[in-house]
Amino acid sequence: MRKKSLTKTMNPSVLFLINYAVPIIFIILIAFAIPLSGLSGLYFIRELMIRLSRNSFLILALLIPVMAGMGMNFSIVLGAMAGEIGLIFITDWQIVGISGMLLAILISTPIAVLLGYFAGIVLNRAKGREMVTGFMLAFFMNGIYQLFVLFGMGNIIPISNSSILLPRGYGIRNTINLLGIRQVLDKLIPLKIGDILIPVATFLVIATLCVFITWFRKTKLGQDMRTVGQDNEVARVSGINVENTRVLSIVISTVLACYGQILFLQNIGTMNTYQSHEQVGVFAIAALLVGGASVAKANIPNVFIGVILFHTMFVVAPRAGKALMGQAQLGEYFRVFVSYGVIAFSLALYAWRKRVEKENERKKIMNYRKSILAK
Amino acid sequence: MKKKIQNIIENFGLPRIIIFLFLVLLFILTPFVGIRFDTSINDIIVRFGMNGILVLSLIPMVKTGCGLNFGLQLGIIAGILGAVISIEMEMIGFTGFFTAIGIAIFFAVIFGFLYGLLLNKVKGDEMVVATYVGFSSVSFMSIMWLMLPFKSPNMIWAYGGSGLRTTINTKGYWFHVLTDFLKIKIGNYIFFPSGTILFFAFLTFLVWAFFKTKIGTAMIVVGSNTDYANSCGINVDKMRSISVILSTVIAAIGIIVYQESFGFIQLYTAPLFMAFPAVAALLLGGATVGKASIKNVIIGVFLFQSILTMTPSVVSNIIKSDMSETIRIILSNGMIVYALTRITRVRT
Repeated sequence: MRKKSLTKTMNPSVLFLINYAVPIIFIILIAFAIPLSGLSGLYFIRELMIRLSRNSFLILALLIPVMAGMGMNFSIVLGAMAGEIGLIFITDWQIVGISGMLLAILISTPIAVLLGYFAGIVLNRAKGREMVTGFMLAFFMNGIYQLFVLFGMGNIIPISNSSILLPRGYGIRNTINLLGIRQVLDKLIPLKIGDILIPVATFLVIATLCVFITWFRKTKLGQDMRTVGQDNEVARVSGINVENTRVLSIVISTVLACYGQILFLQNIGTMNTYQSHEQVGVFAIAALLVGGASVAKANIPNVFIGVILFHTMFVVAPRAGKALMGQAQLGEYFRVFVSYGVIAFSLALYAWRKRVEKENERKKIMNYRKSILAK
Repeated sequence: MKKKIQNIIENFGLPRIIIFLFLVLLFILTPFVGIRFDTSINDIIVRFGMNGILVLSLIPMVKTGCGLNFGLQLGIIAGILGAVISIEMEMIGFTGFFTAIGIAIFFAVIFGFLYGLLLNKVKGDEMVVATYVGFSSVSFMSIMWLMLPFKSPNMIWAYGGSGLRTTINTKGYWFHVLTDFLKIKIGNYIFFPSGTILFFAFLTFLVWAFFKTKIGTAMIVVGSNTDYANSCGINVDKMRSISVILSTVIAAIGIIVYQESFGFIQLYTAPLFMAFPAVAALLLGGATVGKASIKNVIIGVFLFQSILTMTPSVVSNIIKSDMSETIRIILSNGMIVYALTRITRVRT
């Protein structure tokens, strides 16, 4: 009976609570944490503005694979790696300013396309397990990236600027200073309201991407992807090349993630060569889920609600932890726990509902058969 | 002849052959780069004993079709809890070791039960949910390690800090109790950790014997065909729960043996990625997502640990830099990706 209650006999308000459990829990948590942290409103708005401009693009990159029914694309980490390779090269050649950033984009796009294509093929071979495979693939490619950057660069791939190389003569240093392109996009169109700098150009880029995604949904390819997302077999019967469509969705997502990571790093201004990309997938996915998205459904509002809620938590958790227990470390652990916990919770909830729905459908068919036999 | 070779490759899997050949190459290279062959062998045996049980713990869940246990960290946490509580109680030697295991089993049964309930709700998506359950439980316990009221001066931060240290030494408690039990020394460079190996063999035997009992057989039926199991009157959910509890309990024991041999209890974020090497070792031994046996465990741990032992010493001697971490990442995660893309069973 309990299983049934999850989809059928439940009243709408309880259903709403279950559907949006994650955002609701988050709002309650934040409501408690903000007063505890004792942060001023102005500081808070400034932080949020920075994080909104920094992270939205990466999270938007997740939307298209969800459309194609491939769930949360954990392999956006591959795109982030491509972006970082582009940044390493422009730092090496010392090309600064907006032209440096554009060049980085130019260099990393083909790499991202290639990696996305590879990821798409791998994920096609693991249908029904895209998420866990994508996740492991990100780990695996991290090793390849290390091989390439830590051992290949300055060795096989010429790097002329010795200041970004390790003292031993090859391999890139752990941190790279991106002084040349630091906040070039954020400050391209200067606008200051009071004390708060508003990165107009970055927001314009993000807005363009939103428009692109909205437009993309309506194109032939976008429609195909949605059909594939609904049902592989139906899509195949109606003449859509399912495998290709899935690969394409991952390629687009990877390329967008690559741009997103470049955007992210130009805002921060330094790059952790071997760590910057590692958590990209987890944080982006957690934020999207906090915004009320599920594995099967995600839209643009989810992205922005997610960034605001999730990053508010990021800003206040260490302070609140310190106020509550006298240890900032506690807040640090807490926010990691929340990121992982949100993903675990959402995935479990989704999987549970999927199974219940399937079982109900099966029961319906069985009842139908019985009724026919009875006649 | 050509077909035969193709058959062998098909059965054995291309990555496994490559890794095996790579290992052979490493062994051949040892004398040329000035590394003692016997110490390498010794390292491999010791590491085998250290990691064997953790890999063994994956078996029950694979057998009932719950997939690879990426939530192994739950068992590890239960094991750590047992270990730190036994140290808090000032238990020394074998008493301490077995107290730790006893407490760990207690926690593992509770965790495993809850974990099993969850996994039964998410059939078909166990692995991805398990991964994140493992991650979030490790980060949750990071908070707990800071807050739990442990008092032993050997475990808490020395100067006014609160909470447990990131690594706790097991020396003076139950360090090497198992390793030194019936230790056999061969020459100056090799010793055989009989205790650890015997303990591993004992647990392996128990698992093997368990799958010969009525419940064990029922579990295998659940794993091979759920519908058939249902029509046989087997309670599928119950069997899966038992397998999850069993996996968690063995993992808890496994991490204590690991700590006993390694000498340190690692807390906070250290257990975060411990599931992946174990899973990779099992896959390397020839297991798939839906099928695994004791044989896979033994071959897998041996191959995986050999690579991990040999690569750093040999490779870093050749190219004068340490590539072992990178190779480990590529190897273990590549193995898992390979296995995930080769699922032949189609779930509807």
